[in-house]
Amino acid sequence: MRILNLIKVASRSLGKNKMRTFLTMLGIIIGVASVIAMLAIGEGSKKNIQDSISSLGTNTIMIIPGAITHGGVHLEAGTSQTLKREDAEAIRMRCENVIYVSPVVQKGAQIIAGSQNWRSGVLGVFNDYFFIRNLSVETGNGFSESDDRAAAKVCVIGQTIVTNLFGENKNPVGQMIRVERIPYRIIGILEKKGQNSFGQDQDDVILAPFATVQKRMLSTTNVNMIIASAKSEELIEDAKNEVIQLIRERHKLTPEEEDDFTVRTQSDISNIFGSVSKVLTILLASIAGISLLVGGIGIMNIMLVSVTERTREIGIRLAVGAKGRDVLIQFMIESIFISFLGGFIGVGLGSLISGLVARFGGWPISVTPFSVLLAFVFSAVVGIFFGWYPARKAARLNPIEALRYE
Amino acid sequence: MPAPLIAVKNLEKIYKMGEVEVHALCGISFDIYKKDFLAIMGASGSGKSTFMNIIGCLDHPSRGDFFLDGVNVSTMNKNELAELRNKKIGFIFQSFNILPRTSAVENVELPLLYNSSVGNKERRERAYNALKRVGLADRANSLPNQLSGGQQQRVAIARALINEPVVMLADEPTGNLDSKTSYEIMEIFQQLNEKGSTIVIVTHEPDIAQFALGNIIFKDGKIISNHPVVNRKTASSELIKLNVPVKEQAAA
Repeated sequence: MRILNLIKVASRSLGKNKMRTFLTMLGIIIGVASVIAMLAIGEGSKKNIQDSISSLGTNTIMIIPGAITHGGVHLEAGTSQTLKREDAEAIRMRCENVIYVSPVVQKGAQIIAGSQNWRSGVLGVFNDYFFIRNLSVETGNGFSESDDRAAAKVCVIGQTIVTNLFGENKNPVGQMIRVERIPYRIIGILEKKGQNSFGQDQDDVILAPFATVQKRMLSTTNVNMIIASAKSEELIEDAKNEVIQLIRERHKLTPEEEDDFTVRTQSDISNIFGSVSKVLTILLASIAGISLLVGGIGIMNIMLVSVTERTREIGIRLAVGAKGRDVLIQFMIESIFISFLGGFIGVGLGSLISGLVARFGGWPISVTPFSVLLAFVFSAVVGIFFGWYPARKAARLNPIEALRYE
Repeated sequence: MPAPLIAVKNLEKIYKMGEVEVHALCGISFDIYKKDFLAIMGASGSGKSTFMNIIGCLDHPSRGDFFLDGVNVSTMNKNELAELRNKKIGFIFQSFNILPRTSAVENVELPLLYNSSVGNKERRERAYNALKRVGLADRANSLPNQLSGGQQQRVAIARALINEPVVMLADEPTGNLDSKTSYEIMEIFQQLNEKGSTIVIVTHEPDIAQFALGNIIFKDGKIISNHPVVNRKTASSELIKLNVPVKEQAAA
């Protein structure tokens, strides 16, 4: 009953000073909105980076032939020719933590279709490669193991190749392209992937069965690298060790000898980006936190000014029988109401800003319930914390002096 | 003689202004009975406002006892004093002290907002009744800036009335008003007194004091005179006298 009356008193008092109430609220609105928006943007950028890393395949393991040593001088990695197709097949058979594996051979070549030509590279791969790289065939089909066995002259091409050789939005499935002297039939077109985080065009690619490229174009038994996929992100290290073990065994290396190959995983890269985006989120959140703090100090400021300005009003209330506690509760209700309503509007505004950034920035931004809760709790705490001091000041006024105050 | 409503015994109030001690009240004793209408007079600094603040339960005496309605108030704490102000005292100020931007009826119901035993509906009803008693029933929803000084003071009187106090205290209620409006206010006080209210006012103006039943004169913190008013005037007849010359001038 008593508290209901005090709520009435507080809401009347806020309603009679709408401008002041709104301005006080503005600090909290901006604070909460920035917390919401900053967290959403931080979360969005994290997702954005994660997506582009996982588009490379986060579970990927690359096995590169080692450097050759020529008279004591190490040449660059990949110069030796130690890896074979059979190494890849052995990995597939014997490494439990590896799910996909494909050897890769590469040949840069001039591609010709009718009167058009384009410089690109042809990759000879197993069809596991599609899964390792998260590639999907948009129109047509990928190639199969029998294509590989027969060294069939078929290929799957990326969108950039389509655009440059056949024109935009054409469907060249079934048509022929020539790579050097060899004609390939196009059996599938890859879904568009765009640039990766490093600026490489992932659509400028021609994929053909491994045996076709290796035998018909390169006439070699070597492979450029072997690419594999661990069963899950957690198993990358296990898979890596398994692979090293196996290849050392196959290459008959004694324990004293160095590896004649290098194994790299992508988890190293994604760790770096993960920590970068974490730092970014913390930075944004602390900026937002500071603005919320400033908003809280704004509340305290206005409430303090308001206690001084309303000294006479407080005197009147005390004179007609309000207890110190009643005045305290009234002022607390006022500041809590301001911070709560401010928090509410702030959440709305913050979501709106996040939505706009998502729409115009094209980021995968989402306002999480956690950030809404955080902002709300924080604004309520700010209201209570910064409302307390002015309220106590008001409650401790002496009625006679308060009434005499001009 | 019935028991006094307010009994004051050897009341002293000492203010400390830095090093100097100021004796605002030096041993005041007297009684106020039910249905009294007293006017306290005296020069500035004679201690009358200090006295009013003490019997209005706004301040503690330094020494002495003060009984309100048979209860010793001088030993009470702040919250108990607030309770007494809320239930037993109606205070009226020189500068009206009504809340700005707040309608007349909301101003009047203010004391009852701090009294949890009165419900919403009863509170509104009593506020309208109090406004009716001071002749402002038709201005219930007006804001203070739409009311004249006299009307604002009547709102303040209604606010003092609403809790049916045992005593109404008015500190220079006519100090900010012209004489016609002053008489109108005193007319209300006289009517309330006739209907049984106990009223104590502080005033500078002897003509205002003539409307009371008894006059008390303060000097340097002491009562130097306490006498009933002879040839008591009624505010309504004084008001008519005030109007006569105006009418004659209008005729001329």
